[in-house]
Amino acid sequence: MNWINQPWPWYIAGPLLGLIVPTLLLIGNKAFGISSSLRHTCAACFPANIKFFQYDWKKEVWNLFFVGGVTLGAILTTLLMPNSGNMNINTELAAELNKYGITDYSGLIPSKLFSWQALFSLRGVIMIVGGGFLVGFGSRYAGGCTSGHAISGIANMQLPSLIATCCFMAGGFLMSNAILPFILKL
Amino acid sequence: MKIKDINKESEEFQQRALDTVCVNESHIEHPWWHNLKYVFAGILFGIIFIKAEIISWFRMQEMFQLKSFHMYGIIGSAIAVAALSIFLIKKFNVKTIYGEEIEFHPKIFNKGQIIGGLLFGLGWAMTGACPGPLFAQIGTGTTVIVVGLLSALAGTWVYGYFRDKLPH
Repeated sequence: MNWINQPWPWYIAGPLLGLIVPTLLLIGNKAFGISSSLRHTCAACFPANIKFFQYDWKKEVWNLFFVGGVTLGAILTTLLMPNSGNMNINTELAAELNKYGITDYSGLIPSKLFSWQALFSLRGVIMIVGGGFLVGFGSRYAGGCTSGHAISGIANMQLPSLIATCCFMAGGFLMSNAILPFILKL
Repeated sequence: MKIKDINKESEEFQQRALDTVCVNESHIEHPWWHNLKYVFAGILFGIIFIKAEIISWFRMQEMFQLKSFHMYGIIGSAIAVAALSIFLIKKFNVKTIYGEEIEFHPKIFNKGQIIGGLLFGLGWAMTGACPGPLFAQIGTGTTVIVVGLLSALAGTWVYGYFRDKLPH
């Protein structure tokens, strides 16, 4: 396998991803979670006397360094060892997306849906602004996201995390199969 | 430490612990540059995100439409490796690199995990990204996701604002 410019298979990426949990525990007693970075940013920048944002966010500043690293890692990979060629998409999905004019698989994200140009359409506003809002609101309401609940929570045998993860999946199934087709038609 | 300080600290801990996982903290004071190790960990994470196409909107649709095993394999094996690691840490009472005890905090069930979880799922399938991938998507040069990230911040803030009125 050419690991520099070929996509990595799940059985390489999954275990590596899982190792982030003990790594963070060992290097500083930190529980892996990403959506908290959004809360800490709110607490740091716009606390507005809301009790939920009144805490010493500086104690959690590691989380902001971590998401900064994630961004940097993405920049470095895109510059130095991007996946070459088009994405290999399931043919049924490709046929379905074709109906909505999504035919470009050169990037990880369809530029037709996620670009500055797309932002100035109803579809773009719903998907980028609406979708982003639900991600931020929902993850905080649920007390964590895919990293905090699905990975570290379930790995630590937390029943609430398993419940949350099932609900994440249920919401995703509902959106992708039942609601998204109507949004993509816009 | 004065009793008042301890009370204040424990109140603050409750406030943070309520629904954030980040309550573990090193009790040793470190200079700021010790945080660079988290930048390094984040970089490795970002590399995996891109190389395994975890931040791809297409892969999320495949997952939610049961059209590919890729994401199930990733999340499943990540949980397995993380669970085994936590088991070993607990069993052998492994300490941090500073020699501190590793702490785990149980999560407490509330209705938010169901209602918030469903809402999060809707947003996840729309943007093709959970919070981590939002940062990584920006890193790939899809700069419009900055708007999505700001919107996610707004969502977090609005939750904080209405928190007392929402069912938990």
